[in-house]
Amino acid sequence: MAYSDKVVDHFNNPRNMGSFKKDEDGVGTGMVGAPECGDVMKLQIKVQNDTIVDAKFKTFGCGSAIASSSLATEWLKGKTIEEAQQIKNTDIVQELNLPPVKIHCSVLAEDAIKAALADYQKKSDGDASGTK
Amino acid sequence: MKLPIFLDNHSTTPMDPRVLEAMLPYFVEKFGNAASRNHAFGWAAEEAVEEARKRIAKLIKADAKEIVFTSGATESDNLALKGVLEMYKEKGTHIITSSTEHRAVLDTAKSLEAKGLATVTYLPVDKFGMVNPQDVQNAITDKTILISVMLANNEIGTINPIAEIGKIAKAKGILFHCDATQGVGKIPVDVQAMGIDLMSFTSHKIYGPKGVGALYVRKRNPRVRIAPQMDGGGHERGMRSGTLPVPLIVGFGKACELCEQEMPAETARLTKMRDRLQAEIMSALEESYLNGHPTNRLPGNLNISFAYVEGESLLMGMKDIALSSGSACTSATLEPSYVLRALGVGTELAHSSIRFGLGRFNTDDEIDYTIKKVIEIVTKLREMSPLYEMAKEGVDLKSVQWAAH
Repeated sequence: MAYSDKVVDHFNNPRNMGSFKKDEDGVGTGMVGAPECGDVMKLQIKVQNDTIVDAKFKTFGCGSAIASSSLATEWLKGKTIEEAQQIKNTDIVQELNLPPVKIHCSVLAEDAIKAALADYQKKSDGDASGTK
Repeated sequence: MKLPIFLDNHSTTPMDPRVLEAMLPYFVEKFGNAASRNHAFGWAAEEAVEEARKRIAKLIKADAKEIVFTSGATESDNLALKGVLEMYKEKGTHIITSSTEHRAVLDTAKSLEAKGLATVTYLPVDKFGMVNPQDVQNAITDKTILISVMLANNEIGTINPIAEIGKIAKAKGILFHCDATQGVGKIPVDVQAMGIDLMSFTSHKIYGPKGVGALYVRKRNPRVRIAPQMDGGGHERGMRSGTLPVPLIVGFGKACELCEQEMPAETARLTKMRDRLQAEIMSALEESYLNGHPTNRLPGNLNISFAYVEGESLLMGMKDIALSSGSACTSATLEPSYVLRALGVGTELAHSSIRFGLGRFNTDDEIDYTIKKVIEIVTKLREMSPLYEMAKEGVDLKSVQWAAH
């Protein structure tokens, strides 16, 4: 199976690869997938004033999974929480030209985004009583 | 050194130029049908086929008359299993085979089962992928008609104790089929000493052309009979009809001859290169695990799992080296390797496996390059892996509640 140029580019030059400290202020962490299924994605966002100012990922998985999460971090940066919620797996499929057997990689990336947002919201709700 | 490098010699092999040279006259000039008994064109073709048959038989210590040409090992496996079951159905319908056989044996057995023509016992293997002859002995019933165990495994290269299994089969009067696709031409094969009654092998794994293979069918002690699975002109002593592909057979014969001549030197060369590849990769990369038998395996085989990185991404990172992986992402079924699973390798490590298959045309330079590339890409992908990060932080990955998907 041939990979699209965009998948190859993200794989060779992953954007925003790395980690934030999980307990850092404004950081939301999403970890989805399972090692026995062959893919695990960790996606993190850093939020200031309701806007995602930075994002990072680490992924165990095939090239398409790595590309999907790399692309997700690129898209997340600069978006508000509200806008980030709107990212759909089908957008990732389209952008990366993923073949049918790799659609689950994009689903996993969407799940990772949702999980990171939920984690951030849980943390900030918990802090809310103290800061507001 | 030329890129890309071909290190996937279990899947197929490049044809040896000497094989091509032997084949060339049989396309345009000597194009006759080997079954044409009444003119010079047919005689020339027949002579070439019979010469090739002798060379092939010699490699496995058989008689030329015991070689039945097929289209390849898949057809040979089908013909052996289905042909025996159909021929001897009055005597019994039970087959014993192993769980790490090639799909050509496993799926044929399953198809016979599904049609109600056979019951099948799939023997487990040990952690090195080896069938225990005692398990074969214990699985035998009064209905057992056929034992089918592979010589060497296509993923992990482990070599089975074929002679011991052959002895058990013989003592019980049960036919013994061996899928020797990966072993013939690589390691010594002797159908007499190994007690093999039927044996599948193919040309394209030993630097011959694709599209031709053989089934060895024993003629004496016992005389094995199989029901043909293809009807027609009654070629190959009635066991496999169809006009013989003369150029392919000539190439197959030449390929066998070369393997026989060069085996001792080639085995030593490949083993040395393979051992170096293994030692240098595994000493540089922590948590890399050898799959298969540490010593009793094919000279050109090396299968390693690299914990925390996924196989397909490894292959993608080494685009200029042709390799294969047991990862689900590289299989048609989206399941990780059933062979590795049968050894008890965890699913996550099965996803992380890479198979190196060294062959006749690989060089030391290519091995150097591969060592460097593998270390580079595994290190890079581990940096990218959340699992590696967690393991470094001391998290026990087995204790994590993963959301399987």
